[in-house]
Amino acid sequence: MSKATEHLSKIKHSLARRNRAEARFRWYGRIAIFIGLAAVAVLFGDIVNKGHGAFRTTYINLDVSYDQDLIGVNNLADSEQLAAGNWDALTKSALRTKFPNISGRSDKRRLNNLLSNGAGFDLKDRLLESPQLLGKTESVWMLADDDIDTYYKSWLAGEPYAARLSDKQVIWIGELHQQGLIKLQFNSNFFMRGDSREPEQAGILGAAIGSFLTLIVTLMLSFPIGVCAAIYLEEFAPKNRWTDFIEVNINNLAAVPSIIFGLLGLAIFINFFHVPRSVPLIGGLVLTLMTLPTIIITSRAAIKSVPPSIREAALGMGASRYQVVLHHVLPLALPGMLTGAIIGMAQALGETAPLLMIGMVAFIVDIPSGFSDPATVLPVQIFLWADSPERAFIEKTSAAIMVLLSFLIIMNTSAVWLRKRLERRW
Amino acid sequence: MQTINILFLLFGLGLFGFYLGRGRSRAIANPLGGIRQLHSLPSYYGLHTALWCALPSLFILGFWLIFNEALINSIVMSSVPIDIAPIDTASYNLLLNKVTNIASGVMPRDGQGAGVVNAADSLSSLRVTSRWSMTLLLLVLAMAGLFWGWYKVSVDFRARPAVEKVMQNLLLGCACLAIFTTVGIVFSVLFESIQFFRTVPIYDFVFGLEWSPQTAIREDQVGSSGSFGAVPLFVGTLLVSAVAMFIAVPVGLMSAIYLAEYASKNVRTFAKPALEILAGIPTVVYGFFAALTVAPFLRDLGNSFGVSISSESALAAGGVMGIMIIPFISSLADDVITAVPQSMRDGSLAMGATQSETILKVVIPAALPGIVGGIMLAVSRAIGETMIVVMAAGMAANLTANPLDSVTTVTVQIVSLLTGDQEFDSPKTLAAFALGLMLFTVTLMLNIFALHIVKKYREQYE
Amino acid sequence: MSPAETPKAVKVVKKSKTAPKSKKAVAPKIAPVHNLDIGDHHVTVGEIFSDKPKMTMRNINVFYADKQAIHDVSIDIAENEVIAMIGPSGCGKSTFLRALNRMNDTVDGCRVEGDIRMDGEDLYAPKLDVVELRARVGMVFQKPNPFPKSIYDNVAYGPKIHGLADTRVDLDEIVENSLRKASLWEEVKERLHQPGTGLSGGQQQRLCIARAIAVSPEVILMDEPCSALDPIATARIEELIEELSQNFTIAIVTHSMQQAARVSHRTAYFHLGKLIEVNPTKQVFTMPEHPLTEAYITGRFG
Repeated sequence: MSKATEHLSKIKHSLARRNRAEARFRWYGRIAIFIGLAAVAVLFGDIVNKGHGAFRTTYINLDVSYDQDLIGVNNLADSEQLAAGNWDALTKSALRTKFPNISGRSDKRRLNNLLSNGAGFDLKDRLLESPQLLGKTESVWMLADDDIDTYYKSWLAGEPYAARLSDKQVIWIGELHQQGLIKLQFNSNFFMRGDSREPEQAGILGAAIGSFLTLIVTLMLSFPIGVCAAIYLEEFAPKNRWTDFIEVNINNLAAVPSIIFGLLGLAIFINFFHVPRSVPLIGGLVLTLMTLPTIIITSRAAIKSVPPSIREAALGMGASRYQVVLHHVLPLALPGMLTGAIIGMAQALGETAPLLMIGMVAFIVDIPSGFSDPATVLPVQIFLWADSPERAFIEKTSAAIMVLLSFLIIMNTSAVWLRKRLERRW
Repeated sequence: MQTINILFLLFGLGLFGFYLGRGRSRAIANPLGGIRQLHSLPSYYGLHTALWCALPSLFILGFWLIFNEALINSIVMSSVPIDIAPIDTASYNLLLNKVTNIASGVMPRDGQGAGVVNAADSLSSLRVTSRWSMTLLLLVLAMAGLFWGWYKVSVDFRARPAVEKVMQNLLLGCACLAIFTTVGIVFSVLFESIQFFRTVPIYDFVFGLEWSPQTAIREDQVGSSGSFGAVPLFVGTLLVSAVAMFIAVPVGLMSAIYLAEYASKNVRTFAKPALEILAGIPTVVYGFFAALTVAPFLRDLGNSFGVSISSESALAAGGVMGIMIIPFISSLADDVITAVPQSMRDGSLAMGATQSETILKVVIPAALPGIVGGIMLAVSRAIGETMIVVMAAGMAANLTANPLDSVTTVTVQIVSLLTGDQEFDSPKTLAAFALGLMLFTVTLMLNIFALHIVKKYREQYE
Repeated sequence: MSPAETPKAVKVVKKSKTAPKSKKAVAPKIAPVHNLDIGDHHVTVGEIFSDKPKMTMRNINVFYADKQAIHDVSIDIAENEVIAMIGPSGCGKSTFLRALNRMNDTVDGCRVEGDIRMDGEDLYAPKLDVVELRARVGMVFQKPNPFPKSIYDNVAYGPKIHGLADTRVDLDEIVENSLRKASLWEEVKERLHQPGTGLSGGQQQRLCIARAIAVSPEVILMDEPCSALDPIATARIEELIEELSQNFTIAIVTHSMQQAARVSHRTAYFHLGKLIEVNPTKQVFTMPEHPLTEAYITGRFG
């Protein structure tokens, strides 16, 4: 039996090495998963770290006297007067009242730079809201300039970044802080205003509404067309080379780089059909073409999952093929289609490249109110802000990313929830 | 009348037609013993009438919307007096612009020549005439359709098949939209590229080694020679994609293997969706992360080792792109690995193979075509990716194989050429379309090939 | 020991209370057994244990999550014997077989309790390397599952991973020997490098057998090896089993009583996860000890 023992010893001999290889292999797997998860954590952590500060911004409290002679306005109903009013004078005088012993042009300029250059117009809005203030004095929290905001936040955090400030400004801020006249408050501008060149006044409302309008156009176009195409391909198309070709086409379109759709939009929609640039309508058209393959593919899968037994039962009762589809297949496949549509919309929400091609890089301040108003979308806004040199924009960009990601998380979670809720086990 | 109002009107007429047709069918049927005498349900007769009322008009409206402006423009421009008639494309467009702006009141009339002003006037009046006549035509058509549909309602008329035939064609049209999109892409990209290749020969473009897309506005402008050799762009694209795949393939494949073969159910239910999150993050976010966090980090890291890493290095852009691609590879690989039948694994395990040996020698070779297909799709994705490289990679074309240098890619150049202030016909903007053509062709071939492999592989086990 | 002869007569019970007498000959109706539950306690009858067993199993219970599949089974398998396990569907034969080479470990939620030993060694000891165990106890499955590799590579797979061949020449020798023993050599010697999946069903199963014996196991477990094959292929494999039993111990699960009768020395009858009777094959099929065994082999259920 020595052959058997020799055989067994050979097996035993290789065991240790093989078991070590097995253990190593498992570790590779664990490391790979760890890398993937770490990437998610680092990405989210970095964005949140950079952006959470943007939800609060610096305000300075000063006494403002709404002196009619100073502004040059005595009748608040006169729009010409309002347009020509010297609103900056309000802020300047308020600052001068606070820090009376300032002399010299450069010091005066530095003092004025403590406040945002839009603070004056904010005061105008206040006056229009409460006309009885005209001629009176009140203490108001006013928006600070972005350099001040950056410095103040970094100073509070213990690592003051004073590179853009002069020493005097640092001292003034210190004094204001001592007196409790400078504070971080909720940054409503971020959510209520459109884009601006000044970081402290820039907000995402314009981009958010633009995204919303664009998505509506996309949904209104891509969902019906996609569902109709899916129904045709699954239920009615004969099995010939033409339908094979359509199928190959759809699968390919789903994998075409998104920028190509931008080129398509540029060449055909803008140049040939003369659709205006940078409006939600054309953004929606381009995104429709992009999302259509995804919706067709997911809708087909939903239709396929309806068991043939139901179709046969309906046909057996004399329903026409269209009635079978309309009355039986479609209602049963609808949950799957909706889930696919939500996921498609989530993808469309995050798209940037094709929209750059059709002109959404423009600097648009007004909040769009219709489908043919110039607009931008949230991802493009993020892209534009990421290019800006001011440090304050880094914070705002990260905060805008957080808003975008929250929308996406909500959409994807609701899609998953919807799928689980309406899932049927055949 | 505004287009949107016309649409509302047609919709209203169609609705009216529906009730008309349906009512008539019921009216005919009742004396004969009820609706069962009719061939189809009353609502089908209604639908039939509505379709006849609305559809022909909608088609005409569509045609008008598409061709109206071009037709009017060409009529006006061709009747312009000889002295101001344009001689080439640029002056044609200029004149057309002028005429259009005067007609819409944007540009003032005084100071322009009589011929131009006349042309503007005829443009305005033609537009008005065209719109009114179109509206009238549509209304007449709609009425005629209404009458026809109403007339056809009878007991024997097969309304349901007629309606269903229209539905069939509608659905077919929707399905064909996919083809039209592809045709549209090919047509638009090809058309502009051909114009480009008239200025810059295709050989110079595909094989040229210098990319500096300047074009002269005037003949005597200094530095006006532009070279459109795209090889540095191709190399840059490949470099960044290679870095990305270097990260994504091992990590993605090993995670898929671990999750499919080793991980417990709890780990799988948690880790799989977590990795999928990476796929759902918009690329602009990745670009921001790459430009503002990864690139400075790498640059500082390089400095601490005395290695100079550009702040727009291919490593930063490619690295972040790799992270983005991980879920593509991992989910495709997971699908094909779980598709390998358990009996094959059982056969190997029963002979005393360890789990890693089974995976490496039996499962992966069996799943290999699917995995290769998945990798090819991921490469196609990497090549076509735009935002990450726009934000994190450079703009200057650099022919290098060193990932620590800054390179530019095809997609970056497309964006930069088209988001500047350029006249649409200049070679600079047309170059973008030529680049788009290259990109589309390469990704199309990769996709077709990859999808073909994956499909063939799936059939193996069915 | 010689294999059992085919039993000449199988008793058919002709009890039919309600069938009316008629002039035409009516095929006798077999009265079904309705109460198949044998309660918690039972005692296995027959020759359960042996003097010098190759494998011993004592008080084996197997659970799939909360459901118990095998109830308190004890049995010995002697060296170089062919033991067949028969019983109606779902009675746990395959589960029991898979417990012998710990293939149940790959199934989530499966738990094996009891004592299983080979040559006195506890197979479920924590220190035992299951990889080594499976080299000593091979398995052939119901549906042929050759790897998508060449015929040569299929057979060479086992020796390669266990390091049994030092040189290429050794490997060639092992492959040829295994294929000869599986009586497949003559048919495939010209096309060793073609894919194994290109063979017919019967050839594939013989390939799987060759693959299993290439590592020279001591015991071969066969889980319904012929159920996916046609009668001719089945006959060839049954011949093979007879030859193989001279060098290997074989435990074969089969749903065909006739096959058990043809190939095995001893037969074990399982019923709803319990071992009812173990006896020499000839006895089981002519004079079974337990009434349930008799009811099964006469076709009153199953």
